Amino acid sequence: MTSDFFFGHLNYWLFIILMMTGLYIVVAKGNLVKKIVGLNIFQTSVFMFYISIGNVTGGTAPIFPLDMKIDPDVLYSNPLPHVLILTAIVVGVATTALGLALIVRIREEFGTIEEDALLELEHEISRKVNDQHGDAMGGRHSGD
Amino acid sequence: MRWAGDTVATEAVHTTFQMADHLPVLSVLVPFIAAPLIVLLGGRALAWPLAFLASAASCLISFALLMQVIDGSVISYHLGGWAPPLGIEYRIDAANAFVLLLVSGISTVVLPYAKASVAQEIPAKHHTLFYSCYLLCLTGLLGVVATGDAFNVFVFLEISSLSTYVLIALGAHKDKRALTAAYDYLIMGTIGATFFVIGIGFLYMATGTLNMADLAERIADKGANRTVKAAFAFIIVGMGLKVAMYPLHLWLPRAYVFAPSAVTAFLAATATKVAVYVMLRFAFSVFQPAFVFEVNTLEFILIPFALLAMFAASFIAAFQSNLKRLLAYSSLAQIGYMMLGIGLLNETGVTATLVHLFNHGITKAALFMAAGIFILRCGSSFFDDIRGLGKVMPWTSAAVVIAGLSLIGVPGTAGFVSKWVLVQGALERGWWWIAVLIVASSLLAVIYVWRVVEVLYLAEHKARANPFNPPLMMTVPLWIMALACIFFGLNTDLTMGAASVAAEGLFAGSTGLETGAGDGH
Repeated sequence: MTSDFFFGHLNYWLFIILMMTGLYIVVAKGNLVKKIVGLNIFQTSVFMFYISIGNVTGGTAPIFPLDMKIDPDVLYSNPLPHVLILTAIVVGVATTALGLALIVRIREEFGTIEEDALLELEHEISRKVNDQHGDAMGGRHSGD
Repeated sequence: MRWAGDTVATEAVHTTFQMADHLPVLSVLVPFIAAPLIVLLGGRALAWPLAFLASAASCLISFALLMQVIDGSVISYHLGGWAPPLGIEYRIDAANAFVLLLVSGISTVVLPYAKASVAQEIPAKHHTLFYSCYLLCLTGLLGVVATGDAFNVFVFLEISSLSTYVLIALGAHKDKRALTAAYDYLIMGTIGATFFVIGIGFLYMATGTLNMADLAERIADKGANRTVKAAFAFIIVGMGLKVAMYPLHLWLPRAYVFAPSAVTAFLAATATKVAVYVMLRFAFSVFQPAFVFEVNTLEFILIPFALLAMFAASFIAAFQSNLKRLLAYSSLAQIGYMMLGIGLLNETGVTATLVHLFNHGITKAALFMAAGIFILRCGSSFFDDIRGLGKVMPWTSAAVVIAGLSLIGVPGTAGFVSKWVLVQGALERGWWWIAVLIVASSLLAVIYVWRVVEVLYLAEHKARANPFNPPLMMTVPLWIMALACIFFGLNTDLTMGAASVAAEGLFAGSTGLETGAGDGH
């Protein structure tokens, strides 16, 4: 049943598509901000994955009534993955903030946030340093 | 209702509050509380003493914990009194306590060095925040090691990682390339941590629990299915990025070279080691080594890459002209030895990994601290700048020689002990050719260490105007580490004792919830 194979696992397919989109952006884009965007999409896909596995078929939102009279027949979804993801979201926000802060500093120091231009600037620095100090790697600068 | 019952239990715990019962969490909490306190108090004068006190306190606590569990017992601490598997459990056994002691010990020794080094390398207005970040990093590393909850590992991992990125970026004051190094590490580190958390998600999906002991039991009961295998793959790759396992190592050399010297010394000795510990914990405690997929992965993927790292990284190190970069590549090679120990899949191999983790930690801390002193003296750690320092700075250079010998694995130094155990582990498996390769790659270490010695002792020194003389605050920590290299090479009671008990514990597999958790359910 191919349709079941796809629609039965819809959340996983979406997770995989989003995850790959994010990873692709991180790897393929040369702009540092775009890389952070990719990283965010990648992380969001994981949030989605966690939240979707917390769902119990036919379950309702895991919120107890105010009077705490809990009907044992009501099926609740599993709230634990959601709580975990709250933590992961906070981590994600912190990572994004730090990444963007680093980009601001990089822009201040190097004057660009394009990876190619940065690599070239860095090679220039290493070339200068190596000329000054002698380069035992036989002129290979890629490590820098 | 379970919730109400647990609240009563919590109150009972609080009424009989005893400091000694709370040691597992205190080792993590002390630096965690000190970190914001430093910022809130605001005074630059207070920052360092507070950081040092916090680090020393958690070092003492770790030592006390190790003494409690070195006989093979397990301490189970329930955070907030919530019983595992629902609550977060801190589970201290010999493996944990051993790594806790390494991390907090290194941090405590590096801090005095950091005070003098940071004063030279980082502008004064950042000092308070530096120590705060340093403590947060320490908190994260200790937390990763102490916790027995898989998701908690991720949270602490990110605490340590985020502060690590900041610490590395602080090197920008000297070399602006520190910024891009930190950015690269941020991208790779986040991908690694996210892979790890995907793995945890799969595990939760397959078992419905996050407690490591509980996970181990449920995976062992149910056997492996595809979800568990996927979890294993994601966790190994994610941690591999953090370990800087050979093909995933690209972030490491740049991060180590451009970070401030004190940060490099601290991170090189602790951060990758903690990641190795997590790998061990998951490969042996959570998953069972009996699973074919795991044996395949560890033997046929870990060992070839470990061997590659041992040779390729040592080879690259031999061609470097910058001491700090040379040491960074040598670190990659040494991580290869640790991965090899895991891949051997026997108790001796895991013992070797744990001992090497400790011995290499102290060795590299000494070497990077010495490199930092050279940088302050000569402006850089390039070979043509540090030429002939053996005569001008005899003490620092002698420490480099001692630690260098330990790096090679000369008998009588710490490095020898761990390589010896590793060779034994290989021979136990009947893989004599691996034993030969271990010795052969050590010869490469002879080459790069000899190059350093040659530069330091057999070349003329370029005299400079007003040379920097390292204060005792810097040389004493360096010598503590250098002497530790000799001490742990001659007296192996603590390291080998703790590591073999730890390896035994890891191989015994899951100790189960019942043994540790008294008031479980």
